[in-house]
Amino acid sequence: MDLLSFSRGVGLKVAMAIFCLGVVWRIFGFALLKIRRDYNKPRESILKYSIGGLMTTMARSWPHREFIGRTGPGEALGYSYHLGLFAVVLLYTPHILFLGSLVGVTWPGLPSSLITIIAVLTLTLFLAVLFRRVTNPVMRMLSNFDDYFSWFVTMLVLVTGLAATAHVGAPYETLLAVHILSVDLLLIWFPFGKLMHAFYIMPSRAINGALLARKGATS
Amino acid sequence: MPLDSDLTVGDMLRLHGVSRRSFIKFCTATVSAMALPPWMGPAMAAQLMDAHRPSVIYLSFQECTGCFESLLRSFAPTIENLIFNVVSLDYDDTLMAASGDAAETALAQAMQQNFGKYVLVIDGSVPTGAGGACCTVGGKSAVDTLREAAKGAAVIVCVGTCSAFGGIPYANPNPTEAWPVSAIIGDKPIINVSGCPPIPEVITGTLLQYVTTGKLPDLDEQLRPKAFFGNTIHDRCYRRPFYDEGKFAKSFDDEGARNGWCLYELGCKGPTTYNACATMKWNGGTSFPIESGHGCIGCSEPSFWDKGSLYAPLATAEWGKAGDNSPLRTLELGSSAAAIGGVVGVASAGVGRWRQHRSEHPIDSEHPIANPPEDG
Repeated sequence: MDLLSFSRGVGLKVAMAIFCLGVVWRIFGFALLKIRRDYNKPRESILKYSIGGLMTTMARSWPHREFIGRTGPGEALGYSYHLGLFAVVLLYTPHILFLGSLVGVTWPGLPSSLITIIAVLTLTLFLAVLFRRVTNPVMRMLSNFDDYFSWFVTMLVLVTGLAATAHVGAPYETLLAVHILSVDLLLIWFPFGKLMHAFYIMPSRAINGALLARKGATS
Repeated sequence: MPLDSDLTVGDMLRLHGVSRRSFIKFCTATVSAMALPPWMGPAMAAQLMDAHRPSVIYLSFQECTGCFESLLRSFAPTIENLIFNVVSLDYDDTLMAASGDAAETALAQAMQQNFGKYVLVIDGSVPTGAGGACCTVGGKSAVDTLREAAKGAAVIVCVGTCSAFGGIPYANPNPTEAWPVSAIIGDKPIINVSGCPPIPEVITGTLLQYVTTGKLPDLDEQLRPKAFFGNTIHDRCYRRPFYDEGKFAKSFDDEGARNGWCLYELGCKGPTTYNACATMKWNGGTSFPIESGHGCIGCSEPSFWDKGSLYAPLATAEWGKAGDNSPLRTLELGSSAAAIGGVVGVASAGVGRWRQHRSEHPIDSEHPIANPPEDG
């Protein structure tokens, strides 16, 4: 078995199994945790505090008007590289074919050259994000191994993907194998690090918002 | 009368009335086909004129003769030019007039007379199962013949994917326990000219380069001449601009296919296949499979037969045996893993709740019956 067959065969299979197992484990573990009982009388009806949860989800996905000068650039950076990642992962034809082979559905993609440009821009934004994390004293203090390693595994997928597209440094099949191995690594790390925010971020905002709305507060 | 192999190539050309001028033209064309620098043309001509025609022994083992059929269709040089003027083909059981004992005697004689100097060309994989009984010629197994012939060879040229990498006989489940030549012979220089079949001009070009220079050409890690196997089909494909534009044929008869768009989605293995099809083409430079509307099947790569469906795009996952990729298998794998994850998640949440309860009610938790835990 060559490296390419391993990376997209056994390697991918193991990584996918760990990903599914880990994600469901973390979601169940999180969802079934006991929420401390609030003995106060609710200020709002269930409907209203459910709406409060939804409102918070949306409100926190956009910079607050009062702080836009301070938080706007950071949020713009975050949105930009996330959108870049989505475009590269979901709109590049080989990726669509790969995902199609897993889920049975395909969709139209963007031209390969455009995806390459988006990937290079996303890579630049990734470096900017790291620079910001390292140079900002507060962010640096808040960061731990999890933050840096999650950044590294995501970045690795982008770099190896670009190298495979550009045929730089090794034969294409080796570069493709390394790229898929980096995806395998990302899938394995995903449930156990901060990349799980993909699943947690919206529910946690909604729950926070709903609990605050129950008390009559908005966030 | 001197033996054929005693004559130089120049002698043979003079005997056949070939002019020096037309010979230099032939060498220039060959150098161009091999992507060598232009000054190599006259140098090759000068070298060949004085060179003794090397003895070539061509052995066919577990193969379909497709490679030899390909070689017969070489345009530059033509097969007759090669075997009458450039090399002394002393044994080839497909082409030679002799048969039976006479043919085997010719083989033994050629090996004895040119010991240490002959070029051994192998076509086909070497079966080792059942004591080598799956392929025998003249009562001798292929593996024994190969070992014996390799002893006196100056170089071994493996023509075709079967001799280079095992090919189709080597594919799973490999019932004859076939092996490539390189797995059996380890002490001789080997040149792999892979392909199913190889491009005829690549076979003759490789032989010519060795005959001319007396040295092995630059080889890649698969022991293939870089002059012919240095680029992927995808790199040199005339449909590459459509790949870059994201224009792909979705079926063999849709509008994209009619417009000549990229065949990547139809399983083309061009991006991972190193060969000269896209540049040298076939039938004297007429066309190549992609030009005829079919994707590359990657036939010059090791184990190409075991790498999943020929029509599955390169970017698809390999879940199991060829053709066994399906969303259903993804669902099986994902749901099994998720079910285990669910059980582990429930258990870990249960442990978490118990710990939380204990920390909130340190005394009550010692009397769980008298103080049942609250629902949360």
